[in-house]
Amino acid sequence: MSGAALAQASPVPGCAEAPVLRERGQREVFCGLTGIIWLHRKIQDAFFLIVGSRTCAHLMQSAAGVMIFAEPRFATAIIEERDLAGLADANEELDRVVNQLLARRPDIRLLFLVGSCPSEVIKLDLSRAASRLNATHAPGVRVLNYSGSGIETTFTQGEDACLAALVPEMRADPAPGLLVVGALAEVVEDQMRRLFAALGIGPVAFLPPRRAAELPGIGPGVRFLLAQPFLAETARLLEARGARRLAAPFPLGAEGTTAWLRAAAEAWGVPATRFREVTAIGEQRARTAIARHRGPLAGRRIFFFPDSQLEIPLARFLSRELGMRPVEIGTPYLHRQHLAEELALLPADAVLSEGQHVDRQLDRCRAARPDLVVCGLGLANPLEAEGFATKWSIELVFTPIQGYDQAGDLAELFARPLHRRATLMV
Amino acid sequence: MQLAIWTYEGPPHIGAMRVATAMEGLHYVLHAPQGDTYADLLFTMIERRGTRPPVTYTTFQARDLGGDTAELFRTAAREAFERFRPQAMIVGASCTAELIQDDPGGLARALGLPIPVIPLELPSYQKKENWGAAETFYRLVRGLAAPPAPRPEGRAPSCNILGPTALGFRHRDDVREIAGLLGRMGIAVNVTAPLGATPADLARLGRADFNVVLYPEIAGTAAAWLARTHGQAATKTIPIGINATREFIAEVAALAGIDPAPVLAAETSRAAWYSRSVDSNYLTGKRVFVFGDATHALAAARVATEELGFALVGLGSYSREFGRELREAAKPHGIEATVTDDYLAVEAAIQAAQPELILGTQMERHTAKRLGIPCAVISAPVHVQDYPARYSPQMGFEGANVLFDTWVHPLMMGLEEHLLGMFREDFEFRADSAPSHLGAGPVEPAAPGSARWAAEAERELGRIPFFVRGKARRNTERYATERGIGTITLETLYDAKAHLSR
Repeated sequence: MSGAALAQASPVPGCAEAPVLRERGQREVFCGLTGIIWLHRKIQDAFFLIVGSRTCAHLMQSAAGVMIFAEPRFATAIIEERDLAGLADANEELDRVVNQLLARRPDIRLLFLVGSCPSEVIKLDLSRAASRLNATHAPGVRVLNYSGSGIETTFTQGEDACLAALVPEMRADPAPGLLVVGALAEVVEDQMRRLFAALGIGPVAFLPPRRAAELPGIGPGVRFLLAQPFLAETARLLEARGARRLAAPFPLGAEGTTAWLRAAAEAWGVPATRFREVTAIGEQRARTAIARHRGPLAGRRIFFFPDSQLEIPLARFLSRELGMRPVEIGTPYLHRQHLAEELALLPADAVLSEGQHVDRQLDRCRAARPDLVVCGLGLANPLEAEGFATKWSIELVFTPIQGYDQAGDLAELFARPLHRRATLMV
Repeated sequence: MQLAIWTYEGPPHIGAMRVATAMEGLHYVLHAPQGDTYADLLFTMIERRGTRPPVTYTTFQARDLGGDTAELFRTAAREAFERFRPQAMIVGASCTAELIQDDPGGLARALGLPIPVIPLELPSYQKKENWGAAETFYRLVRGLAAPPAPRPEGRAPSCNILGPTALGFRHRDDVREIAGLLGRMGIAVNVTAPLGATPADLARLGRADFNVVLYPEIAGTAAAWLARTHGQAATKTIPIGINATREFIAEVAALAGIDPAPVLAAETSRAAWYSRSVDSNYLTGKRVFVFGDATHALAAARVATEELGFALVGLGSYSREFGRELREAAKPHGIEATVTDDYLAVEAAIQAAQPELILGTQMERHTAKRLGIPCAVISAPVHVQDYPARYSPQMGFEGANVLFDTWVHPLMMGLEEHLLGMFREDFEFRADSAPSHLGAGPVEPAAPGSARWAAEAERELGRIPFFVRGKARRNTERYATERGIGTITLETLYDAKAHLSR
């Protein structure tokens, strides 16, 4: 189906015009600080220093502390009572902490000062602090800042804020090229590189890079593809620097990956036959891998709690390629422009919800009795105990799921909890 | 500001959550920004509970700050009452909400809910998790406990068990072990709190004759108040280890007015024999560094030295309020207690002490990995693997069995240690690799000193088993520095060994 199905599907309204249920109340989501857990692995010579409270430090170690680190690449400068007394003092304190940190970790090339709720509420100016510290530590260490606070960012938006902080650092480069935006697993990145090379698209660069020194250039010649749906601010800043976004669905599943690659192929004027030659094998491999999971998943009803903004592309993949039926698709934020291609492909009867009132959403979920619930770890075990099969959503951010060769793995992530329930005899 | 790579305790509202989640029929309305619901995971994932914690968060966002965050709180509190119908409610603020000063206590009172509403003042920028739990439990007890009732004639002696919470290190099994022990002594347990108790149960605390305080960090304040106002005595001994358990039995018997002899005669721990058996000979004098909350660190230091024959080379705790006790306990071993909540200071103290075994928290496992030292966990903070499915108390006689197995496991087994001392060039059993019963090898500790090593001496150093190599290197370097020796030769190495041998 792939290309043909996509072409046919495009004129069908799907969910593009569907009303969105907007709710306010308790939001059971992570703050943007949690982005550090994968970003610190991605950019290997970067260090993330949260300026926040003990709560922020506690969040990070509760989320990442199960890994035993010889030397972690993130830490928290914990604001104490005396820092709240006067801001000038807080700045001196921050300088002292940064000096202490850099003395301990001379291998650090890029230091992010990450804002939190407390630092935002007391209006500690971390961008000023970053430029002051840059003057002291240049050229060895570059100091940047962004906010991962809960009041401003939800989970994956922390990555958006981090990448947005990198955009002004990119050197101006008028040369044409393709930029892939969004942290991807290394294996996925390498696959994408090979596919673009075979299509004759290039040069190709990735944001974020694996090392601070490898930050790509940017300018009016650059076309960029979003690999992740949560990069609103990064995309805006890239466009402000002259780059142009290639509209596409996200590279999840066989169909999504082909459509995503096609957006670049069309911009580069790759002939259709050439495109088919390069993508056919990968797409076929993906379809074969997905087919194994279609049996257990087809016809099953799925309910998404909001978490990462990946919910809509995932619902599209699961409904079109695995035959699942989305009951409600919750998302923390709905960026209509970046998700236009996705919304057009969603089944028209799915309920879209933006924001959250968690108790009412749980009531709806219980009433709908879905076969599978995608939700965070705060809800997963309690829902399992009530008899629901759940797929914890955070894993979707930590697992290689994009591209052809991960499409089967992605399907398996959803098939596994159902398979497990069928297997267990206790 | 404090640079925190790891933090030993969470903020105080986590302590309040641990009390609320431990209890039944109590709800906590927490004024907090979006994202602070991460704390739910501690209970649903790390402790693997099958229910959501009884906590409603206001989860305000930046756009709410311009508006009426107080109204958000009122709505959340009202909705929480209507939905969950608790017997009592606690209300408070997290660190960010503390900055915006909406006064949750006053707001909740103004709602006029038909249940007790207890406001919590938890200063997030001064205090920490255990203090928050202690304060919350104290406020609840103070707010709910009815005056003591006279003990009816002929009733068996009874006590309350105070201190176990949600997310406590082995609290679940410690309670079972100690309640079982008390039962065999003929002492009834009136109320166990906060774990499993309702607000109505707290109201009947006064019916017990005395209190058993298992975790002073959490129940100390409430027990002191109960002693003052209700005249209920509280136990002081923490029954971790064989000797402490026996003392605990004697203390409890005295408070209950019964004879401890039958229980003392009937019960003991297998660990006593295991430790005396010849296989444990090689444990004698193993250098151990102990760190954790004060209760567990003090208990572990005693068990390690008295019941396993280890040498205590470091003792410390992040529970600053127990500094005096820790310093007292360290003194007989000729060491200074490390009383700090700074992970880096603990790491430095461990590096200086060069232990062969670290008994610590999840955080010490990071240091142990970095330095390649065996490690066992004795105290919170801990991660998911330390909320095991199997019965694993730390307290009582079964607890002592668990301690023996857990602490000896990471050490190299005796025979392997001997053979490594004799044959150092085996291609499989290498002196610089981990004990073979544990699989993968640790990283080689970084060379700390500045003195130059002659190649021959360096090679010889490499032949010293890895678990004492760091200490040998440091001792030799110090020996060389003190004598103005520029290059460490084979002779220097052995001179130092002779001079400083342990």
